[in-house]
Amino acid sequence: MKKNNKYRPRILLITIPLLFLAIFYFYPLIKIFSLSFMPEGEWRPGKLHKLVSSGFYIQTFWFTFWQASLSTILTLLLALPGAYVFARYRFFGKNLIQSFTTIPFVLPTVVVATAFQALLGPNGLINIWLMQWFELPDAPIQLNHTLWFILLAHVFYNYTVVLRIVGGFWSRLECTLTEAAQVLGASPWQTFFKITLPLLYPAIFAAGLLVFIFCFSSFGIILILGGPRFSTIEVEIYRQAVHIFNLPMAAALSLIQIVFTFLLMWVYTALQRKTGVDIMPESSASALRNVTTCRDRVIVGGNTALMMLLLGMPMLALVFRSFSSDSGLSLVFYRALFENPTQSIFFVPPMEAVIYSVGFAGVTLVLAVFLGLPAASFLASPQKGLGALLDPIFMLPLSTSAVTLGFGFIIALDRPPLNLRTSLMLVPLAHTLVAFPFVVRSILPALRSIPRNLREAATLLGASPLKVWQAVDLPIVGRAVLVGAVFAFTVSLGEFGATVFVARPQTPTMPLAIYRFLGQPGAMNYGQAMAMSSILMMVTAVGFLLLEKVRIGGMGEF
Amino acid sequence: MIACVVFGGFFNPLVMAADAVNEITVMTHDSFSISKEVVTSFETLHNTKIRFLKAGDAGAALNQAILSKNNPLADLFFGVDNTFMSRALKADIFKPYASPLLNQIRDDLKLDPQNRLLPVDFGDVCLNYDKKWFVQKKLRPPASLADLVKSDYKSLTIVENPATSSPGLAFLLTTVGYFGENGYLDFWKKMRANDVMVTNGWKEAYWGSFSAASKGNRPIVVSYASSPSAEVYYAKTPPDQAPTAAVIGDQTSFRQIEFVGILKGTSKIELAQKLVDFMLDRKFQEDIPLQMFVFPAGKSTRLPEVFIKHARIAANPVTIPYDEIAAKREKWIESWTETVLR
Repeated sequence: MKKNNKYRPRILLITIPLLFLAIFYFYPLIKIFSLSFMPEGEWRPGKLHKLVSSGFYIQTFWFTFWQASLSTILTLLLALPGAYVFARYRFFGKNLIQSFTTIPFVLPTVVVATAFQALLGPNGLINIWLMQWFELPDAPIQLNHTLWFILLAHVFYNYTVVLRIVGGFWSRLECTLTEAAQVLGASPWQTFFKITLPLLYPAIFAAGLLVFIFCFSSFGIILILGGPRFSTIEVEIYRQAVHIFNLPMAAALSLIQIVFTFLLMWVYTALQRKTGVDIMPESSASALRNVTTCRDRVIVGGNTALMMLLLGMPMLALVFRSFSSDSGLSLVFYRALFENPTQSIFFVPPMEAVIYSVGFAGVTLVLAVFLGLPAASFLASPQKGLGALLDPIFMLPLSTSAVTLGFGFIIALDRPPLNLRTSLMLVPLAHTLVAFPFVVRSILPALRSIPRNLREAATLLGASPLKVWQAVDLPIVGRAVLVGAVFAFTVSLGEFGATVFVARPQTPTMPLAIYRFLGQPGAMNYGQAMAMSSILMMVTAVGFLLLEKVRIGGMGEF
Repeated sequence: MIACVVFGGFFNPLVMAADAVNEITVMTHDSFSISKEVVTSFETLHNTKIRFLKAGDAGAALNQAILSKNNPLADLFFGVDNTFMSRALKADIFKPYASPLLNQIRDDLKLDPQNRLLPVDFGDVCLNYDKKWFVQKKLRPPASLADLVKSDYKSLTIVENPATSSPGLAFLLTTVGYFGENGYLDFWKKMRANDVMVTNGWKEAYWGSFSAASKGNRPIVVSYASSPSAEVYYAKTPPDQAPTAAVIGDQTSFRQIEFVGILKGTSKIELAQKLVDFMLDRKFQEDIPLQMFVFPAGKSTRLPEVFIKHARIAANPVTIPYDEIAAKREKWIESWTETVLR
């Protein structure tokens, strides 16, 4: 095989994603870092000595690390059985349940906090029931401002990441190996631990990594549900950048966060090289089985029940509150969404907010897939030297604090040809930075699992690299691309931290509209926030169901 | 470089005209609002278009204005308050403008003798309580800060973290003013012993734990003296009485004043001055209460009925000079954190 021939298109693959990151990530970041550390062209460390001299930042780092680890482990433990159910069973309402598990991902933290409050708060449903049944004087569940609340919320948000990435991968694992093991007398548990689990490692690590980075840079959950006694690096960055305006400190903390993610990714990439296994792709349809035995019912029923309890109940509580008023159920909050009693210039009718959100999410989806697919294709082949650094680099935007990057945009993208500071495009561009790593991570395990001999066979038969990709890679990774697209769409619908800096007030997204309602006292404001949240959930669910249809219509079976 | 041009060319059609001739841009924070009619009246009068940019909360927006001072995003900035004033003035981003309309503005609100920042509105941060709760429990509502540390009021109060919230900081300043620099930490020690709840932001405090607003179980919260009027205005069916009340006794509140300023580097100085005049004038001032639920800075501005009935202005709020706030806020916040949270 001629090496040169193969090499050139690969370089082309990576050029556009790299260019995108260079312009919209590294350039603003370098600008804000140099302004922070060297305001007048010379090194000004500010009060950086506090980083080490006060134990506070070391404690903060340690807490950030272990709460993220614990959250990741918990999410994996709870979601893996669910992934199994989705990978192996065919049952009624499966698509609906799957799309609904992803909804938490788009909900603003303050809304989730309200949902949990309505359910588990001191005057929440569950506490009131418990107090009535057991005749307790006080609420038995006190979750507010505890570590448990943080963990619960992280699982609530990230369950779907594991479910989709591992579930998608699992559904394509061939059954012949596990069947062979069972024929040879291995118990189901032995088969799982010796065969299935090792085969799943790439997907589990990919999902675990995303969850970890998500929790590591957790902001709203810590701030709102954890309360002031908990702090992560991300929270400190915001505090330093916005409240204290100590930019050197904010920049140093951002840098620590970025370097840590990079190192983590680097270790991960090294591990990944050892764990990747070639598997023969299998049509997912043949591997699915119906729920027939009693055992099947327990497994499927148990997992769907868990999803209902963990994810469904808080969401139901929200929807319930959006319809409830003193006189029973009513649509008063929904009707109010269409009214503008104060004639505010910033009033946005609900349909318009939906259109802005979905529009931004659509552009984000296209951009993220357009950038993520070639990036993942490039990374899929074993990398040495510089190439090995790219994978870690692609993950960095996910763990970069929104306020740091937002400030970077302000000072970097201020002149033609990049005078984008007040452009509408800035919203999907910022969203794409966060969505892109999700797309790469979703696609990579599937791409890596393609046996090399398939591609080589195609090449030997005279197929061009593009043709190989079309005929071999695409059919196999179609499902994974869809998973990535769904994430990109979701990330965009729910993004708040960066949106608040870059969105224009007349074209707010739904999360921004929800925040506006909660900014002033009054029952109508609260009710409208709940109504808007319910609409956001509905739009998300409908969006997912449509995306799933695209797969069936467009790419056929794989 | 070539790549930059290519990329720029690709995106340029999507970039909104950033510098149209007859357009004026106001940078502000998330909570800013104004009615369409008021905006249109200025626009028709001066044949212009006002563009608003919102850039996060008050602190984040100001910091972005400072960061972009060499190439400003806007012609005016609205929403610097007296706790951030010193940062804004030190960064030297505002042009002085002695508006003739200043004579219509309350004198106690004019803090900058050089008129780089001109007062537009104010709000008194103070305790709010749930009236029904206190009637049901047959407890006297709090009348002063000292009440909060009594045993009857154990586990009743929610405050916001001064390190992350602006009403939280205002309330900390209230206690500094009321108890003095030597006494405020003592008060907070007792507050801690009396099981005060601290949240990081106003939203979590009000919507998450305040019994009058949500499923919370605490009847006292730090909010604004005008919050009860918002409770009436945004009720499902407007009640005769507000469900909540503000504690505005002697020295139990802190006055947050919001300012507007013309950004240095604007090329539309005349139009910017016209807009500042407009913001200090009657039409704009009368629009403020129902848009942002704060009080207009104008001396004789007519207030809407819901404000007359249900919103109060504190007679004697705590005052701390803004440069003293700037000099000591970090120290106060750190000591507070040590006392209440660690």
